[in-house]
Amino acid sequence: MSHDDHDHSHGHDHSHDEPHPYQPDIEDAPFTERMVMAQAVAELIVEKGIVSTDEMRAQIEFMDTREPALGAKLVARTWLDPEFKARVLTDVKAASAELGIDIGDIPIQAIENTEDVHNVVVCTLCSCYPRMLIGLPPDWYKSRAYRSRTIKEPRKVLEDFGTTIPDNVEVRVHDSTADLRYVVLPARPAGTDDWNEERLTDLVTRDSMIGVSLAKSPETA
Amino acid sequence: MSETKYQAGDAVKVRAAFPPGHVRTPHFIRGCDGVVTQYVGSHPNPEELAYGRDGMPKKPLYRVKFNQADVWPNYEGPAKDTMVIDIYEHWLEKNQ
Amino acid sequence: MTIRRHHDMGGLDAGAVEQTEHDYAIWEKRVDAIVKVLSTPERKILSTDELRRGIEELGPGVYDNLNYYERWISSATNLLLEKGVITVDELGAKMADVEARWQKDRDTGS
Repeated sequence: MSHDDHDHSHGHDHSHDEPHPYQPDIEDAPFTERMVMAQAVAELIVEKGIVSTDEMRAQIEFMDTREPALGAKLVARTWLDPEFKARVLTDVKAASAELGIDIGDIPIQAIENTEDVHNVVVCTLCSCYPRMLIGLPPDWYKSRAYRSRTIKEPRKVLEDFGTTIPDNVEVRVHDSTADLRYVVLPARPAGTDDWNEERLTDLVTRDSMIGVSLAKSPETA
Repeated sequence: MSETKYQAGDAVKVRAAFPPGHVRTPHFIRGCDGVVTQYVGSHPNPEELAYGRDGMPKKPLYRVKFNQADVWPNYEGPAKDTMVIDIYEHWLEKNQ
Repeated sequence: MTIRRHHDMGGLDAGAVEQTEHDYAIWEKRVDAIVKVLSTPERKILSTDELRRGIEELGPGVYDNLNYYERWISSATNLLLEKGVITVDELGAKMADVEARWQKDRDTGS
């Protein structure tokens, strides 16, 4: 379940003049005051009997199971089953449950890309993200540049991702400011009419569910 | 739904208020004109929850659509481009 | 007066979006888990809204100098102190203990 396709660059949330290097193996890496603080708090809440180590471990393992593949499965199914898509658009939680995916209590709303509308999601105030359906966000989603610019010059931000939306298509930016999270249903790529669900799932990328890119085309899959 | 003040299609204006504490209405949208697209349930008030209180009574939450060009006078994209923001009822006023 | 708070950055000028990402480190996952387990409906020791408020109140300098989960643990720890779940003394002692252990592990190459 690891994200093997990612590089291990130390990306973070601001300009690169003050790096905070860290690596998964704490013993080999410099540690920061906040890493120490995190460990201390984790131990204190266990020692005080507020949580158990088992629950902490289970929570970490549970979040590791949240990854874009879950959302990709949902999207691919909407491409094959219009009735399922209708259910996704009205109730992501119930539709996800049909696939055995529990998205928890924070409501997620699906927004559909069409011939006329391209959707893209941002959280300008913090970094709200449909984590229960597609995992934890990439660093750039939390970056000052993405959070500042997407709401004002979405087409330029999309260009940063190599995505060009024609002028006859409305670009609609969703600012995830409150109690809902948003997942984009990218459009089904042309030339996939006879594809099965498994193959279609491979075309659905994390970025396409944020809306900064389109689903992969058959040629690049 | 009778407890909600607005419904889909209503023209609204976001209050041009600038309180110093925790709010979930982005600065850039305050004072802007939009149209309610959807009521998305009532939720505990984040401006109360943020300070450790229970957030009651719940506040109706709406999705409100704005034209990019109405929010950013120098918007460079096509006139049809929009944004949708989730805004609580107490941040909205009726627009004639 | 139109106060714009530091975290409220929609529409501000900024450079290109650098498509950075990394595999989340175990300490980051641990911070995530701390917040989640403390904010379950059964416990309600923390809420997402309190966490956000605490992050915003870190102030412009700290907000920008810390990375994402460093901000989370800073805010969560402040909230736990405010609420009396942990004390300053306990935290200080435990942090010294953790740091000493980690330093020793590193020195001995284990």
